[in-house]
Amino acid sequence: MNERDNSITTRDLCLWYGKFQALINVTINIRHGLITSLIGPSGCGKTTLLRCFNRINERYGYVTTTGEIKLLNKNIYDPDVSLIELRKSVGMVFQRPNPLPISVYENVVFGLRIHSDRKPARSELDDAVEKALTEVGLWNDLRDRLDTKATNLQLEQQQKLCIARLLPLKPEIILMDEPCSALDVEATRAIEELMLSLKGRYSIVIVTHNMAQARRASDECIFMLLGEIIEHARTADLFLNPKNPKTAEYIEGRYG
Amino acid sequence: MISRRRRYEILSERSIETLIYLCGISAIIFVFGICFFVFREGLPLVFKEDTNFSLGKFFFSTEWFPTSMANKRYGALALIVGTLTVTILAMVIAVPFALGATVFLSEFCGGKFRETLKIVIELLAAIPSIVWGFIGLTVINPLIIQVFHVPVGLNALNGAVILALMAMPIMVSIGEDALKAVPDSYREAALALGATRWQMVFRVLLPAAKNGLLAAVLLGVGRAVGETMGVLMATGHAVNIPFFRDDGSFNWGWMFESVRTLTATIAAELGETSQGSDHYRVLFLIGVLLLSITFVINLTADLVVKGIRKQK
Repeated sequence: MNERDNSITTRDLCLWYGKFQALINVTINIRHGLITSLIGPSGCGKTTLLRCFNRINERYGYVTTTGEIKLLNKNIYDPDVSLIELRKSVGMVFQRPNPLPISVYENVVFGLRIHSDRKPARSELDDAVEKALTEVGLWNDLRDRLDTKATNLQLEQQQKLCIARLLPLKPEIILMDEPCSALDVEATRAIEELMLSLKGRYSIVIVTHNMAQARRASDECIFMLLGEIIEHARTADLFLNPKNPKTAEYIEGRYG
Repeated sequence: MISRRRRYEILSERSIETLIYLCGISAIIFVFGICFFVFREGLPLVFKEDTNFSLGKFFFSTEWFPTSMANKRYGALALIVGTLTVTILAMVIAVPFALGATVFLSEFCGGKFRETLKIVIELLAAIPSIVWGFIGLTVINPLIIQVFHVPVGLNALNGAVILALMAMPIMVSIGEDALKAVPDSYREAALALGATRWQMVFRVLLPAAKNGLLAAVLLGVGRAVGETMGVLMATGHAVNIPFFRDDGSFNWGWMFESVRTLTATIAAELGETSQGSDHYRVLFLIGVLLLSITFVINLTADLVVKGIRKQK
């Protein structure tokens, strides 16, 4: 496989919360332009792993990380890496929709505002809002309500907005941490469709508890257990012919 | 088989409930009692005939000569202006510091250092106001004289500095609660979009917590308006509107003028009056005025805080 096909690679990644080791020698290659899902029972470290990729784990002082994470062939723990630039190119969607308590418009342009040195022109912002909202399918619903406070939208719209606000920054990778767990069936379907439509332009890594979702919406699957990677394969292979007996037991629902 | 409760069990339960109920409403009783008492002592003067007092003069005259033999005058305007001047100046000094301290405490420092800092700030709140008065007299007074080359250091600025220090702890602790109440998910959202911590604070946290922060400032104002002993000793205690010179021109050095506040007037003069006299009653009327001011401020702060809860 060509080096350039990988958007995220980790080598011997270990992570401790205080004395508790949450990730043990994680070595993976996540391929560019695909949707990769991280599955595994609660507490297996999938969210922790995801939160390593934009280094947002470091908010908590008691986290120690060793090993190597390369995003687009750049080690993100190099001292010359700017956290701001890293997070600009790696967007994140959270478990509970967390639009900021400002207008829809301001949510979408938040990234542009904080990342541009000069004050962005109004027309530039307007274009970005229309483009991003169109891409996530909110433009028709919200075009007349751009001044509404984003926290007053329906949950589904909020989550779509949370995806939309990443797009003006042109991220390479979008990380999603159980993006549908707060949503109902219809909204879940909508978000999954959105993910599929974004695929190709962005590499998407999604943590999910919902195995059916992993199966429906992802190209590759990574199965984790107790901080270790057990199996990484194409989704169809992993669900039909799991190589590791632990994977087989999990997807059959014996634990988790 | 369910055994019946014995009679004395039911009785003791009831009596305890009644006791707790009384404790609960005692606060209300005391507040009403105090209001009633202050109004009862002050209000008769408003309706009294054959007196030099009139409400118009009380609010709009600067002539405060309550002990004059020939012509007693009860104009509290200078005192009201004195209180406002010192309070507003104090807030101008305190709010930036308190805001900085709040943001630092809640967002930029962690662990043991934060805990220590919080304890120290609370200690600041525990210093008796008379001690602040000493500090005003012996530390800030010479400091102001030296730094600004003015003849007297006991003035509006001195009182304001003292009040600022006294009002800061309550503003910091309420303000910190307000920032704590901002959901962590907002912080993560901003950080994950690549915001620096400053951008997160300015663009997300402060707007999200603005109601709580406003309430914190209002409570600080309430504290400052009602403060007595410290300002009595620090402001120079001269009945004086600091903004105008004798020739009527604007006095740019107003913060170096001595002033007197409403509270200080009551504290200094009440002991000298005979009960029931006009002077005695007018001081209680000042008490009514103070009570009304702090009541309005606290009510506003409360409504502002309630506003936050509703939003959620």
